[in-house]
Amino acid sequence: MNSSGNPILTLVGTFALMSLFAVGGANSAIPEMHRIAVDVQHWMTDKQFADVFAISQLSPGPNVLIVTLIGYSVAGVAGALAATLAMCVPTAVLAYGVSRMLTRSTQSRWPAIVQAALVPLSIGLMGASGLILALTSDRTWVAGLVTATAAALAFATRLNPLWLLLAGGFLGFAGVI
Amino acid sequence: MSPDSPPAAITAPELPTSAPPGLLALFVAFAKMSLAGFGGVLVWARRGIVEQHRWMTAEEFNETFALCHFLPGPNIVNLSVVFGSRFRGIPGSIAAFAGLVGPPVVIVLFLAALYARFGEIDALRRILAGVSCAAVGLLISAVFRMMMPLIRKRDLVGVAVMAAVFVAIGLLRLPLPAVLLAAIPLSIAISFAMSRRATA
Repeated sequence: MNSSGNPILTLVGTFALMSLFAVGGANSAIPEMHRIAVDVQHWMTDKQFADVFAISQLSPGPNVLIVTLIGYSVAGVAGALAATLAMCVPTAVLAYGVSRMLTRSTQSRWPAIVQAALVPLSIGLMGASGLILALTSDRTWVAGLVTATAAALAFATRLNPLWLLLAGGFLGFAGVI
Repeated sequence: MSPDSPPAAITAPELPTSAPPGLLALFVAFAKMSLAGFGGVLVWARRGIVEQHRWMTAEEFNETFALCHFLPGPNIVNLSVVFGSRFRGIPGSIAAFAGLVGPPVVIVLFLAALYARFGEIDALRRILAGVSCAAVGLLISAVFRMMMPLIRKRDLVGVAVMAAVFVAIGLLRLPLPAVLLAAIPLSIAISFAMSRRATA
């Protein structure tokens, strides 16, 4: 660990700020998580980051679980809980406030304008997440091919994503990747 | 809908909404949706709230989700908080949020402890590497799904904004707050100008 001071406070500060900038959901903030966890704070290696992403996708529940795992690797269970709450609470309070405000005046056209403006931003962020994760996980051309195949199957079919994850795990176990 | 009107007052002819849920029901319902949701909880949330429990009509659900999607942060977390508060105020938000996040956090911490203990075993390393390749593919497919409407509408401005954010974050690796503080006002100004031109 590189940061001075209390690691829990660093986690809380990092994710509370990130929470307010994660336009489009937790997956949009993956590049920022990678930048801070690997490049700035040196909490984990590139490979560990890829593992943490895989574990978060393997467990049921919201995408925000990747934050739980980053917190755990920095400061154990306390770090995991602190990071998760920091990532959820600021935006939850904001959502609560805005939903109370909007139910009073639904005539305004601003929600539609803001939404139209934010959709392309969040797609760009998710695309960057895809790129950064592909660079950390796909170290061989076979691995890249598995990613491309999973992407194509998930795009074109209604297959349960869990089957694709299990198939990837099987190929890895068999030593193909 | 007004914040005080219970959903039972809104009568959808063939799909009447049922009585508002209590705190325990909120917790259990969100825990179930969350534990069923591999790779995203949204589908299960819609199924649980609209079809199974009939706490909201499909239209109300879409409106609530649209709100939560344009706010920052984990969408489904926002949804649980807004949904819980509609029925039971702040205690309702906390019950729904705890149901959504609590049980999966316990599971993921269990997996993390296993990883910390056995993460160096070669077979496990290979399995995780394979899972991670497939998981990245799933994320990329979600990006393409979201891009399709922009491309179908030939929304060149939207595609340009998307590409600019992709380059700034994905290739140049600039910090997220800096990029968004520049991109959000710019993108809102553009879509405001476009909406004025459309109505003029």
